[in-house]
Amino acid sequence: MAGTYSLGIDRIACDGYGLCAELLPERIELDEWGYPVVASAPLAGDALRHARRAVAACPALALRLDRATERVPDRQPAQRT
Amino acid sequence: MTDAVIDGRTTPQAGVGREGMLGPYGSRLLHGWYATGGAADLDEHLRRYGPPPFPRTADAADRLVRAVEDAGLTGRGGAAFPTGRKLRTVAAGKGTAVVVANGMESEPASRKDETLLDLAPHLVLDGAALAAAAVGADVAHLCLPRTRRDQARALREAVEERRRPGLDPVPVLVHELPHHYVSSEETSLVRWLNGGDARPLATPPRPFEKGVGRRPTLIDNVETLAHLALIARYGPGWFRGAGRPDAAGTTLVTLSGALRTPGVYEVPMGRPLGEVLDIAGGAAEPLGSVLLGGFFGSWLPAGGALRVPFAKQDLAALGAGPGAGVIVALPARACGLAEAARVLGYLAAQSARQCGPCRLGLPAVAADFADLAWGRPGSESLWRLEDRAGLLAGRGACRHPDGASRFAATALRVFADDVRHHLSFGPCAAAGDEPVLPVPDAPAPDEREWR
Repeated sequence: MAGTYSLGIDRIACDGYGLCAELLPERIELDEWGYPVVASAPLAGDALRHARRAVAACPALALRLDRATERVPDRQPAQRT
Repeated sequence: MTDAVIDGRTTPQAGVGREGMLGPYGSRLLHGWYATGGAADLDEHLRRYGPPPFPRTADAADRLVRAVEDAGLTGRGGAAFPTGRKLRTVAAGKGTAVVVANGMESEPASRKDETLLDLAPHLVLDGAALAAAAVGADVAHLCLPRTRRDQARALREAVEERRRPGLDPVPVLVHELPHHYVSSEETSLVRWLNGGDARPLATPPRPFEKGVGRRPTLIDNVETLAHLALIARYGPGWFRGAGRPDAAGTTLVTLSGALRTPGVYEVPMGRPLGEVLDIAGGAAEPLGSVLLGGFFGSWLPAGGALRVPFAKQDLAALGAGPGAGVIVALPARACGLAEAARVLGYLAAQSARQCGPCRLGLPAVAADFADLAWGRPGSESLWRLEDRAGLLAGRGACRHPDGASRFAATALRVFADDVRHHLSFGPCAAAGDEPVLPVPDAPAPDEREWR
């Protein structure tokens, strides 16, 4: 999926302002405490344009666009011993 | 020390080097223990295994990485990621690499790393130094929890003992870190070694890209490194002499709960779970369920689970994994909901309090679960609990919420009968019994206790 993007969130930086869900309701919902729940599907076209706007508006600079290609061993579960 | 390791009934088997490497239960890492009944000092270690074969050239370093790849060694800290691939990625990274040996073992039901570091410290130190040579690192850090002062002192002495004859090609530094549940996460180690808190960091970058000192950093569990030390000596073919083609070698397991001789054992990968439990004397009473992977793991019903091979591929089909080799056998008489509620309370208190889902969602899940175990919940609170637990996964900087989510979801599934009983009649008689799972009585860490 070279050249496609998906939404990423720096969960430590995120303070639950909720602007992202207002600007991008088709991709982002909020949990009962106001923290985002994001659909992981890749973004293209209009959706990508709207996503860029939401990324730019995040007051905590926590929302970002990840290139869908850069997923090396990122998703391995945490070491736990 | 665990019961297994002081279990006098096992027959010690003597043997030197690779010929004698398969002792009781196929032991390799614990071979010295079975041979002598004590911890191995440097002399004994070198007599048994010979000196570690450090690669002196880039070609030799590459051959060592290839040997680990061919052996099929996977991480024994929980993730089961292919160790050879990680070595190769770090070796190819920009800048001089760093090696971190993770001996934190924050999982309360696990004792295998502590046991290994006690009994075969030089196997771990060999592995750390060999890994450093393989990836071109100029330093290796060994991270231990601050709660094990004596062990840290013993390891520092072992490092000093190796320094005098100039055994290791790189300096090995022993560190004592805060002992909280998420402090063993690899980004917590990186952050602490860089002068910060032992709390997880947001990724990317992952430590293999930019870790300690922003350099490519290889972080491996201490048991993984001990296996690497033997692969370097005896080769991938020898390593594959135990286990299965797709689940190679042996692994340390911590077996506890309703078993006759609980403790730390070494078993070949791929054995059915029931046979693994038999090594600890088998069930001491009828079992209801098994917790695989500890507090970061999954509950499985005892019946079917006992036939499943202890291997990543087979366990993945059940939504579980070998984890760090923690297996707890829960007796049928115990209240699974009370056991799970205590663990979730601990996980909520132990979060790093950095991300919204862990700060707010996880305590809510723990409170809902406690209500299910000891309160008078309605069925709407069960639905709410299922929703809240499901929403935790994938929404933290680290995998702490994912683990808690899986733990809660599998508990609700495996203890479905208990759930129905509690919803209809309130807490069962066993909900007030002594806990089977060892949940530490640790208060939530203060902000200043992470450094």
